[in-house]
Amino acid sequence: MAAKKPMRIRTRTQEGQIEVQILIPHPMETGQRTDKQTKQKIPAHFIQQVTVEHNGKFAVQLNTGAAVSEDPLFGFRLKDAKNGDKLKVTWSDNKGASGSGETVVEG
Amino acid sequence: MHRRTFLKTGLATGVVGLSAAAGLLKPTEVLAAEWPKNAFGATKVEDAIKALFGSGAPQASAAVKIKAAPQAENAATVPITVSSDLPNIEAISVFVEKNDRPLVCSATTGTVHGYLHVRMKMRQTSDVHVVVKSGGKLYSAMQNIKVTVGGCGG
Repeated sequence: MAAKKPMRIRTRTQEGQIEVQILIPHPMETGQRTDKQTKQKIPAHFIQQVTVEHNGKFAVQLNTGAAVSEDPLFGFRLKDAKNGDKLKVTWSDNKGASGSGETVVEG
Repeated sequence: MHRRTFLKTGLATGVVGLSAAAGLLKPTEVLAAEWPKNAFGATKVEDAIKALFGSGAPQASAAVKIKAAPQAENAATVPITVSSDLPNIEAISVFVEKNDRPLVCSATTGTVHGYLHVRMKMRQTSDVHVVVKSGGKLYSAMQNIKVTVGGCGG
């Protein structure tokens, strides 16, 4: 299943720091659920890595497992960020699918 | 001619190794390249910490703060916020003790503050551990989060 909707990236000022919130629509299947109709295990399908680049430089990388909720929301707070800075977020999952999104920092 | 030599050495030693040796990349960035399969596959918190950081036994610290409701409304999306003002934070990871695979996520931090927000799944009421790596040392915090089956919140 491909991503249902495009990912959303939002920035805002929290406690004097620029906070980035990333929402990635994704099923995040654990591989432990069973399809009630077919009695077959639903194969695991989850995001493994999310990387944030701030003005083209590595800011943070998150390795995630299947225990992250469906349509995961991640929050980070950037150092030395100001309005107009460029952010790029890329993700990849265990089936080799990936996606990316870009935004501009707005306090 | 120099360029040729550079390329050759690069191929021989592996580009990542070379960049690290040349100081072009910080060690954290090199580590960040691959998904830590063993850590995510571990069934105990201790094993997951060992697989992730190479050493166990983090030190409990008041400088690592967990902000989460003591009782989760929905076990499939339990919000947790981790913050820490420790200097030189290199990594932040979250573990749910009673999940089959405790490791939820692990952030390798570059130019971000000691802050992480994530929503996770919890199988049952459990202690949630957070480990922060700062200056090569591991610090941890723990909070119990209750999960009610059926989600009545009672």
